[in-house]
Amino acid sequence: MSDHEYTPKSKFGKWFNDRLPLLSLASHLTDYPTPKNLNYWWTFGGILTFCLITQIVTGLTLAMHYIAHADMAFESVEHIMRDVNYGWLIRYIHSNGASMFFLAVYIHIFRSLFYGSYKSPREIIWIIGIIIYLLMMAAAFMGYVLPWGQMSFWGATVITNLFSAIPLVGEGIVTWLWGGYSVDNPTLTRFFTLHYLIPFLILGLVVLHIWALHVPGNNNPVGIDIKKPSKDTVPFHPYIVIKDGFALLMFMIVFAFFIFYTPNILGHADNYIEADPLVTPAHIVPEWYLLPFYAILRSVPDKLLGVVAMLSAILILAALPWLDTSKIRSAVFRPLYKQFYWILVADVLILGYVGAMPAEGLYLLIARIATAYYFLHFLVVLPVLGLKEKTLPVPLSITESVLGGSTNLAVAKNKESLNN
Amino acid sequence: MSEKKTNRRDFLFTATYAVGAVGIGAAVWPMIDQMNPDASVKALASTEVDVSSLNPGKTITVLWRGKPVFIRRRTQEEIAEAKSVKMEELKDPEKDEDRAKNPEWLVMLGVCTHLGCVPLNDKGDYNGWFCPCHGSHYDTSGRIRKGPAPTNMEVPKYEFLNSNTIKIG
Repeated sequence: MSDHEYTPKSKFGKWFNDRLPLLSLASHLTDYPTPKNLNYWWTFGGILTFCLITQIVTGLTLAMHYIAHADMAFESVEHIMRDVNYGWLIRYIHSNGASMFFLAVYIHIFRSLFYGSYKSPREIIWIIGIIIYLLMMAAAFMGYVLPWGQMSFWGATVITNLFSAIPLVGEGIVTWLWGGYSVDNPTLTRFFTLHYLIPFLILGLVVLHIWALHVPGNNNPVGIDIKKPSKDTVPFHPYIVIKDGFALLMFMIVFAFFIFYTPNILGHADNYIEADPLVTPAHIVPEWYLLPFYAILRSVPDKLLGVVAMLSAILILAALPWLDTSKIRSAVFRPLYKQFYWILVADVLILGYVGAMPAEGLYLLIARIATAYYFLHFLVVLPVLGLKEKTLPVPLSITESVLGGSTNLAVAKNKESLNN
Repeated sequence: MSEKKTNRRDFLFTATYAVGAVGIGAAVWPMIDQMNPDASVKALASTEVDVSSLNPGKTITVLWRGKPVFIRRRTQEEIAEAKSVKMEELKDPEKDEDRAKNPEWLVMLGVCTHLGCVPLNDKGDYNGWFCPCHGSHYDTSGRIRKGPAPTNMEVPKYEFLNSNTIKIG
């Protein structure tokens, strides 16, 4: 794992390390050579780790007061808000923390898309990341059901009914998921169990994600392979630790703003009404972080195909390392890809917006165009672009690009002749 | 492994895997089946409803197996409208006579067949029901006419115990 042999200084340290090499691991993590040109978009890995731990700690404390029963869940959440010491704070951290978690993960994913971090040799890191993202969505969905408000109940009904689109066995699967003939107490208790379990699965996958990252090392804004350790790298501690720490502080300011000033802005007022199986709220809308996929679901007029389109929109990301045929990682040196990248960002934002609007008229038309473009980007633009695009010359080392030096020998010679 | 001949050991391996697979299956099945509806849920399988106070043109919603059931006493216009629809116009062709044996009474699950929301009464383009979630329109017979829902609203098993009481389930 480490590029160098490590020997603890103390006798006890050596004795311990020979039996369980935790000190070697700590040394590897401290000295881990990191590209020296990492920008602030690279700080979101650390921020995400913070988000996960925050959700686990606040979740554990909430679970000490919450009651997973259809007759008592809603009241127990109000009990947390009104009676439990600092219960309001812990719950607001947890509910807004989910949004912050997704905000950070979307920045993290789009950073990867811009700098080509998913490309060889980092495909496994990327795929583990997609699995984490899927688990995050499952955890967030089930967590949203637990307060047993109107949005909880009907969100659970709509999402579990997605499985009924499966031919032949669909209805059976939905009944099995519910543990009854509708969303009810058995559904609530199993969702609570799974909501409790998934964060620990994510934690395990995060360890694998970082382990897989430490094999090739970080990608960087220039996107080239670098020698490690070398003039192009700095040790993780203190350089990256300080930078990540500063970015985390900035992130926590945004986080705190939501918790203390607008704790309910990202939620729905309907969820403060207790679940009623006889009345569906007029506008069922998922949380903001699922809206683009919701828009894709609704843009297809057929039930089964709508569900297939929505799932494909997520799973297509796992095939990205093979759909993008370009050998150049960073968009900095891909003038055309850079433009398509920003079109994709706009496309996803548009999908998110129409996902929150009623599915009719102009909104539906826009959703359909945006859905078509989303798939076009991955299935046509990326494969073709890699073969056709004229990329810019890539520097040989980070030092060269940072010092504003020449990008390669041919260009260097050109410049010299110009200067003369 | 130069010889390809099946020997005693290969047989033992295969037999072990087979028995192991059956054993794992037998151990996993209870873990999966425990999630299916339990005896107490199944016990609530039927509901009796008194409909004597229901006037024509009105609908009541009752809960059966955790799901809403619409019971509508239809007006003569609604019945005529439901019967006049041509089968070719329907996404899920079903005659009104088959859905409402006694045409005055329409009994069906008030669950949209798209993703399970409860449609609203007296709404939509076909004077029947409209689902607010994803915009499915149903006619006066509860048949899907427009929108993403694939099938008509389901008619459960029910019977009239006497002229005033319906037993669902």
